[in-house]
Amino acid sequence: MNAPNDPPRPSKVEVRRQNAAAPRVRASEDWPSRREFLRRLGWTALVAGGSAPLWWALRDPTGERGKPSAPVFRLKDYGVGPAPNASVLGIARGEQYDAMLKMAVGAIGGIGHFIRKGDVVLIKPNVAFDRSPKLGATSNPDVLAALIRLVREAGAAEVRVADNPIESPENCFQKSGIADAAHQAGARVYLPAPSSFEMLEVPGAKLIARWPFFYLPFRGVDKVIGIAPVKDHNLCSASMTTKNWYGLLGGRRNQFHQDIHNIIADLALMMRPTFVVLDGTRVLVKNGPTGGDLSDVVSGRTLVAATDTLAADAFGFYDLLGRKSDSDRPAYLGIAEGRGLGTQDWRNVARKEEQVG
Amino acid sequence: MSCGGNGGNCSCGPKGASQGSTAAVGAAVPGGLDGNGPDLLSLLRRVPGKPAPIYHASASPGSADPKLARKAPWWMRMFRITRVRVISQAFFFALFLFFCWVTWFSRLGGYPVSLFLEIDPLVGFATALSTHTVYRNLLWSLVLIIPTLVLGRFFCNWMCPYGTLHQLIGWLFNTRRNIDKVNINRYRPLFRLKYVLLLVFVILALFGSLQIGLLDPICIMYRTVATAISPAYDLSADALASRMENAGIDASVVRATVFRPGLSEPRIFYGAWFVGLVIVGLVGMNLIIPRFFCRVLCPLGAFLGFLSRFALWRIDRDLTRCTDCNLCVSHCEGASDPHAALRKSECFVCFNCIDDCPEDALSFRFMPVRKHEPVAGRLFGRPVISNRPDTEIAQPDLSRRRMVLTGVVGVLAYPFIRLSAAVNPGAFHAKAIRPPGSVEEDEFLERCIKCDQCINVCPTNVLQPSTFKQGGIEGLWTPVMDMRIGFCQLNCTLCSEVCPTGAIQKISVEKKLGLKQFAADGPIRVGTAFFDRGRCLPWAMETPCVVCEEVCPVSPKAIGTYDVQIKRWDGSMVVLNRPYMRPELCIGCGICEHECPVLDERAVYVTAVGESRSKDRSLLLRSIET
Repeated sequence: MNAPNDPPRPSKVEVRRQNAAAPRVRASEDWPSRREFLRRLGWTALVAGGSAPLWWALRDPTGERGKPSAPVFRLKDYGVGPAPNASVLGIARGEQYDAMLKMAVGAIGGIGHFIRKGDVVLIKPNVAFDRSPKLGATSNPDVLAALIRLVREAGAAEVRVADNPIESPENCFQKSGIADAAHQAGARVYLPAPSSFEMLEVPGAKLIARWPFFYLPFRGVDKVIGIAPVKDHNLCSASMTTKNWYGLLGGRRNQFHQDIHNIIADLALMMRPTFVVLDGTRVLVKNGPTGGDLSDVVSGRTLVAATDTLAADAFGFYDLLGRKSDSDRPAYLGIAEGRGLGTQDWRNVARKEEQVG
Repeated sequence: MSCGGNGGNCSCGPKGASQGSTAAVGAAVPGGLDGNGPDLLSLLRRVPGKPAPIYHASASPGSADPKLARKAPWWMRMFRITRVRVISQAFFFALFLFFCWVTWFSRLGGYPVSLFLEIDPLVGFATALSTHTVYRNLLWSLVLIIPTLVLGRFFCNWMCPYGTLHQLIGWLFNTRRNIDKVNINRYRPLFRLKYVLLLVFVILALFGSLQIGLLDPICIMYRTVATAISPAYDLSADALASRMENAGIDASVVRATVFRPGLSEPRIFYGAWFVGLVIVGLVGMNLIIPRFFCRVLCPLGAFLGFLSRFALWRIDRDLTRCTDCNLCVSHCEGASDPHAALRKSECFVCFNCIDDCPEDALSFRFMPVRKHEPVAGRLFGRPVISNRPDTEIAQPDLSRRRMVLTGVVGVLAYPFIRLSAAVNPGAFHAKAIRPPGSVEEDEFLERCIKCDQCINVCPTNVLQPSTFKQGGIEGLWTPVMDMRIGFCQLNCTLCSEVCPTGAIQKISVEKKLGLKQFAADGPIRVGTAFFDRGRCLPWAMETPCVVCEEVCPVSPKAIGTYDVQIKRWDGSMVVLNRPYMRPELCIGCGICEHECPVLDERAVYVTAVGESRSKDRSLLLRSIET
């Protein structure tokens, strides 16, 4: 919008002619200084010279290097060997868990044989389900507390309690009474977190040669004790001390049921515990392994300590679940026995049985 | 340019006044202009920490408070009402985060974790409209309604955690010059949108569709923490803790801070990206318009705005002192125009204007008289004239015509959303599985505010914010169960404990499982499990499995097996336990679906049919009787 008295605009042609006629100026200030030129050149050289070796160092022509590699670890053998003149099975009958445990563990060598002063001890109860302890689907918290006390009295520096339940871990540990029992008896509870799992290598295992394992609580552990209830189980007949180790695995463990007996035999290979306790105080005789009704549970009044998990399980199957026929025994016991991981012939191992209290 | 006591010589006098004949400012007038009402919060006017206005120091030393002339103690110099406000905001923000953090099985311990929702008057009001009742703790919203009627929208800038978040981000990333601050914090017509939204929501609520949760700030906060922030934080904290542990450093402090401890898998949520995007977008809008959400969208703010038109106290401008410098606008949170006619419905009572006023012309005053006269008062017998004579606009900026149009929109919106197939009995989604204790679907939509507290507390991650798929827009973000992600834990009723509105009624474990006095009703069923024999390993693939039967938590088990021995394709003999469903026993908990190894499309899956809350959706003839 030109105001009326503005001078008239020059035409485009005129402007072009004027521009062409103007002298061309190449003043030195139009150019960057030598210093500036060298600075820019230096930056270019730096980026080019820096990136080329870096690129070369990162080269991955086949794509193999870029694949993730998870660290693998192995579990050690937590067994301490048999004590002289000790039984394989220590069986205590009664109601007073502290005394019963002392007797049963005493029969297999005494707690002093297994636990040294300053040991870090991990206890693995079965806390698979969010159930009241009365329903027998989880380890009896009173027995667990008695076991923790026993281990602490033997001089353990630290007692840890860990499991990776099927249902929500916090709820399972709370409602089963395991968390409270562990805290009161002076143990530390480990609940799983996403980062708690690492790849476990089990040499010789058929199915879990490599499998994610609840590794975190096992850092720096010297001794491992399993404490498992006796439970009916549709697919594998019975869940006892051997199947209890299932709760330490992560990953796609719901595939295990496609070959349940071989997996449980693998578990016996995976974990060589210091000793195990078979908790026969509440026996889930039917509708296992979840139960859910008091009528599914009978009182067994028994605690078994064992250095041989297979013998303990075979005994529990016969004596506590009351399945008297040896041919009905869970097949995993036979497979594990065949691999030299123990004996299921509980009648022919040294055992000591006592009524306590 | 501060006008001192040099009165008539001041160059910044009102433009409307003829030069030399008026005084724009005056000396301190005890009791305020015209003496209308006592100045109860005189502290707000005479802020000890603030440099005394010029007329105290030089022009009229006689009127200055001799107490202020001495050096006040440090705590008095520190004291400002805006600092108290910031402390209040920090407290309520921390309290909110604390409530979110303890909304978890091992931390519940009796904390009122849904308190912010329960005192949210819009939740109480809208559910009262849709259900004609006030559920459980919603009565607590009176705690907020009554002071709002007295003091105005103080909630927005003293308590609201979402408002605090917006203010904090706006403050941290503010790069505006003063003049731009003044311009950006003026009232704009756009800000009336929140009243339109509120009216539409209210009309929908009258029809029985509760949609306030889409935009209610407290619902947004809880929902965002539940489905986006807490899982993101936990993921990072777990990664950090794991690195520390690998380096041999004790990470128990980091582990203790996670929102949801004791989980072997990170929690995942449908549409977490969208919930996250909404909050990032809305908070980011602060860089374009400060407090964008609070000023433009917030239906709770609109509700409180309607209430605050009756407020007894408000910011009042002493026209004899005001020099129209507009500095009061520069930090105005609500864009309530304190430099002109104060919009009561927009004012957040943040007191920044009082703090900013160099002339001490603003105060928070009990029932100041409205003024329309350009003559604001008299000073030494001469009239004081203001160029902005009106001091108050009480009502929200929504004309009657616009209200009528909004009403029409609201009335039309109801059939639009309700006739969408997803929320109707004829076409409800098979996976619209509601948590146990939920009321029937029609009533559910009257009650659920999409706050996702149930999702927050759920220990197994089974509860998910619904997408459009399961419930259309009406059901968006309401809780549905996805049994691939989690399962409904048998002995757990946590979602029913935290629900503030009774969409999930508070139930006991006995009621959920049909024990003791509830034996006649039977257990609460949330759906029914079905087998897909074409995908089930023992049925279709000659492979043993039955994880489903093993984990079935009811006694006797709702899954039975047909045990057969077959000769496999390779000649080996194998015993297969082929599962089947006993529908009378199934409660729809979905642990079978969760544990099924056929990962993508499970061979056993739960759908909503057979749920006990609804007769329309029953499956078995017998279940109708119970």
